[in-house]
Amino acid sequence: MANNINKPSLNDDRYAPLLSPWRAKAKVSLVFFIILFFLWYSSRTTGVDFGDLIMGFTNMGQIIDKLFPINMDVLAPAFDRLIETIHMAIIASTFSTIIVVPVSLLAANNITHNWFVYNTTRLIMNILRTIPDVVLAVIFVGIFGTGPIGGIVALFIFSLGILAKLISETVEAIDMQPIEAMRASGANTIQSISYGVMPQVAPQFTSFALYVFEINIRASVVIGLVGAGGIGQLLMSQFSFNNYGAVMTIILVIFIVVVIIEYISTKIREAII
Amino acid sequence: MIEFNDVSLVYPNGHQGLKDVNVTIEDGEFVVIVGLSGAGKSTFIRSINRLVTPTAGELKVGGDNILNYKSKGLRDLRTKVGMIFQSYNLVKRNSVFRNVLAGRLGHTGTVRSVFNFFSKEDKALAYESLKRVNIDEKIYSRADQLSGGQQQRVSIARVLTQKPDYILADEPVASLDPPTSHQVMKYLRRINKEDNITTIVNLHFIDMAMEYADRIIGMRSGEVVFDGPVSEVSEATFEEIYGRSIREDDLRGGAEDGEQHQ
Repeated sequence: MANNINKPSLNDDRYAPLLSPWRAKAKVSLVFFIILFFLWYSSRTTGVDFGDLIMGFTNMGQIIDKLFPINMDVLAPAFDRLIETIHMAIIASTFSTIIVVPVSLLAANNITHNWFVYNTTRLIMNILRTIPDVVLAVIFVGIFGTGPIGGIVALFIFSLGILAKLISETVEAIDMQPIEAMRASGANTIQSISYGVMPQVAPQFTSFALYVFEINIRASVVIGLVGAGGIGQLLMSQFSFNNYGAVMTIILVIFIVVVIIEYISTKIREAII
Repeated sequence: MIEFNDVSLVYPNGHQGLKDVNVTIEDGEFVVIVGLSGAGKSTFIRSINRLVTPTAGELKVGGDNILNYKSKGLRDLRTKVGMIFQSYNLVKRNSVFRNVLAGRLGHTGTVRSVFNFFSKEDKALAYESLKRVNIDEKIYSRADQLSGGQQQRVSIARVLTQKPDYILADEPVASLDPPTSHQVMKYLRRINKEDNITTIVNLHFIDMAMEYADRIIGMRSGEVVFDGPVSEVSEATFEEIYGRSIREDDLRGGAEDGEQHQ
């Protein structure tokens, strides 16, 4: 009798198709179990468990306790260093935006027909992009010493890698018909690029340049931790003196400024595209 | 004068674009090339400004064999040969005026053009060209805000600004409606007569070819199968060129509406 409840209310002669074919269902289930396995395996090998997480929360309480009251004495130097951070981001973003113009054209297969040049440029840019910003900062602080110069060079290379990828892909997606028309009217390569390619990529180009500037502001805080100048360096030194009140002030300053800059930049980008 | 002497073109994939073409086009002629798609009309036209390069024979433009031209000679040739495309090929985000000024690029130095230093004469010429195709009131509109017919007129103005000796038009009306098609053809025809610019137009509409051409060249699978003045052309000629009977879609129609349409 109880079995009847589970039976579909459809008549037997009507065929109800499956929501998706059994083959698709099997595939999705298989993927689910593979992910479950990796999750279990990763947490086993790293020795992570929920007990540690709960222990961590009690430590967090202690840290938060130390962060207050905030130390306002550090406010003036924090702003000085923050301005240095912004300067670093501006310089690095500007130079990478200029250098990326020829680089992205060489890395676009609709502009560069030379197989060797195209692939070499791509390869170099891909390698640059695989190096994390902090590693770049460690390298260039090693070369130029502690301070903003090493940081600026690190940010420049970091943003060049990102911009080259984004902009060369934008160039590859442009409408090539006007370029054909210019070639047919006797324009040379540089003229076709400045009249046919540039106007088409200008909005995205500006948007990506602003986006990289945003990334650079955040990245310059992080690379400051390894001595590459800016507010990150101040944050690190206050942290090592256990001056947690000052740390909290710096974090708040960074937070407010990053939010303001991102807001402005997003608004500008929305207006362009 | 344009002279094809035994010109053949085989594409890298083995497709024969042109086959032993022998044609002479005198200065000031208005020639319409007809044929089905894939007959070699585009290859014929694009050989003249070397957007494609024939693989055999001799092709003379203004007395010089253009098949040996390298980069500099090629650019000089192309400044003398204006081209109009089926899809207008304007920079959509740029203003109409900038698009028309781009016609001067071949005559302008690289540095000057990159920094937008066009001479006063060039700008005046560009404006004059816009007026000749009645689109001067759209001078500062963005190209993508214009209708298809208006965009094609802008591309005619761009070619006029180039001050060419020859105009090539590759299916200039294929993307347009009948009235606009006639308007565009009338502008091409008028420019041909007023400026004595040799004009070669690819078309697949029989009625338009008959209405505007001085001379018709028929092509089929890369070969010239008919070449003669319009007066010698009849429906039978087209059936021979096309290798089949004439259909409804071989005709554009709508000749009468052309006058009022702007």
